[in-house]
Amino acid sequence: MKLLRQLIFPLIAVVAAFLVGAIFVLLIGDSPVETYRQLLGNAFSWPDGIGYTLFNATPLIFTGLAVAVAFRCGLLNIGAEGQLYVASFATAWVCILFGGVVVDVFGQPVNYSIVSLPAIILIPLGCLTAIVVGALWGAIPGFLKARFGSHEVINTIMMNFIAVALVSYFTQYHYKVPGDPILETAPVGAAAHIPRLGKFIPGLPERIPLNLAFILALIACALVYIFLWRTKWGYEIRATGANPTAAEYGGINVRKQIVLAMAVSGGLAGMVGINEVMGYRYRYYDGFSDNYGFTGIAVALLGRNHPVGVIFAAILFAILSRGGIFVDAFTEHVSKDLVQVLQGTIILFVAAEAIFRGPFGRFGLLKRSKV
Amino acid sequence: MGVRGRVPVKSFSRPLTTKSMKDIFTLTLILSTIHLATPLVLAALGGLYSERSGVINIALEGLMLAGAFTAAAVTHYVGNPWVGLLAAIVAGILLASIHAVACISFKADQVVTGTAINILMIGVPAVLSGAFFLSSGSTPQIPKENLIPWTPVILALLLVVATYYILYYTPFGLRLRAVGENPEAADAAGINVKRIRYTGVLISGALAAIGGAYLSIGQSSLFTRNMTSGRGFIALAALIFGKWRPVQTMLACLLFGFADALSTQMQGVIDIPVQFIQMIPYVLTMVVLAGFIGLSRAPRALGIPYQKER
Repeated sequence: MKLLRQLIFPLIAVVAAFLVGAIFVLLIGDSPVETYRQLLGNAFSWPDGIGYTLFNATPLIFTGLAVAVAFRCGLLNIGAEGQLYVASFATAWVCILFGGVVVDVFGQPVNYSIVSLPAIILIPLGCLTAIVVGALWGAIPGFLKARFGSHEVINTIMMNFIAVALVSYFTQYHYKVPGDPILETAPVGAAAHIPRLGKFIPGLPERIPLNLAFILALIACALVYIFLWRTKWGYEIRATGANPTAAEYGGINVRKQIVLAMAVSGGLAGMVGINEVMGYRYRYYDGFSDNYGFTGIAVALLGRNHPVGVIFAAILFAILSRGGIFVDAFTEHVSKDLVQVLQGTIILFVAAEAIFRGPFGRFGLLKRSKV
Repeated sequence: MGVRGRVPVKSFSRPLTTKSMKDIFTLTLILSTIHLATPLVLAALGGLYSERSGVINIALEGLMLAGAFTAAAVTHYVGNPWVGLLAAIVAGILLASIHAVACISFKADQVVTGTAINILMIGVPAVLSGAFFLSSGSTPQIPKENLIPWTPVILALLLVVATYYILYYTPFGLRLRAVGENPEAADAAGINVKRIRYTGVLISGALAAIGGAYLSIGQSSLFTRNMTSGRGFIALAALIFGKWRPVQTMLACLLFGFADALSTQMQGVIDIPVQFIQMIPYVLTMVVLAGFIGLSRAPRALGIPYQKER
């Protein structure tokens, strides 16, 4: 019964958002049925539909978990976008620096590295870089909130802009192969490549970029569950989120929890870099993120800030983001930006779920600090 | 919300040699400061009405985008910027009413709702411009004679004076402040808390939309995807820096406008990569927020939905 109640409001919110979206599509002059068929109908074919959907879900699981952990501490991390950018760049940097000889865009073998490490060391090192750099970038707004009380929403947004400018600078001025027309770094060493799942699953071709990072995302979900509900730190984070004043009286160092939660959150967002750099493109590609950080907010809210919910919500938004491409191609007026409209509407309905409880419902999603 | 698509106000492809340091500090810098501060002032004043009534308005960014897109689209079709501005105000009020209904009537989390509106406003203008202008997120160019480069600047200044007067010398201003500080007491005194809060949020929609409209039909001549590039959030920071008071908030906006103007002027003059120059306003916002937030006190009931006793 409790589970049913957990499921019912997210489901209603999604259906309601799709209805609003349908009206919107109708007003623009396209057929909602056809649009939704393009948006959702291509996700379930094997191997392409399912393979790409799970591949697209991978970064969203990471960012969804990131936002969820911060939420459990009463913080809204809008900065996952910036955290995943700096982390991805740093991962590429480490994997170039220790990657050995690579073949550049012109087919020439070049050596940018100082030492060539074997895969068994380089892969964990790359993963660790993604997590640590993301955690550091996330901890800054956490520290600013804990130390000065400045609101994490404004600071994380500002740090998104700073992150994008910073990595774009490093890519453009220091790590681009001269003559490469695209703003991307040199390729990472082959030792840093993590295998695609096509290697292990019969019938799944290796051209589909679904890789071991997806399994890592599922493991991260389990670890986040254990961290939040089975450890003292997780308990203190949740206590802080539930009621900071009571937590303080209970002897919990609220400021420490804020920094810790933001660091864990940033580290999870940073893990997007593992999928992107080591599992997919094998280089840092400037501007790669398809709003993963912001979609993570919708994923977390729809998944009720629970790791299991996050997996399902991430798959839903992965279906939408891939479906957007088909909407762009096969409908007359509507573009893939409809996905953003649906996302915003879903968040709105989840946040204001009292709408579905009748006018006398009283329910605060979260107690929040003042801006 | 989106972190890409920051549109430089001036082209930075000028040759390096024609300008030097002393060329940066000119009348152009002052004028450019005023121009760049104007949308911030308008949005921050909007935020002031909402937050003084006790409703956090993180949706300023989305409200500005709504205003910017509507103003450019309507001006393109009608050929009259005043109609465009009016349409932008209507759009801002409509969008703000979503925030108001969710936060005030349904007691939704104000920060989450604001974020939803911001994400919504990445999508809606993009879909509409795709459908109506066959573009991927921008409107057609508006001819120069249909732009309003100065009126919103004067309007912003007048609105600062008007807001000061309204806030401190009218019954509405007193009620607005009372509702934001102590809704229970205000309610006991016979003030309709919900109605005052609705009014505050709707005014904030109108003002933020004017600020957005100024971006598209004042400073530039078209709407581009995510053209606010964080200005709604910078306005919010200015509001906090200005201690939720109109005149101080305007001064804070001028400071941020100055940082923006300086970074624009420096491009192509000083040999620093453009990315670092673009960071200046964002870094300044964080520094100011961290340095001064302790000195300003938020309205006491900010962020707390009001539940009437029964």
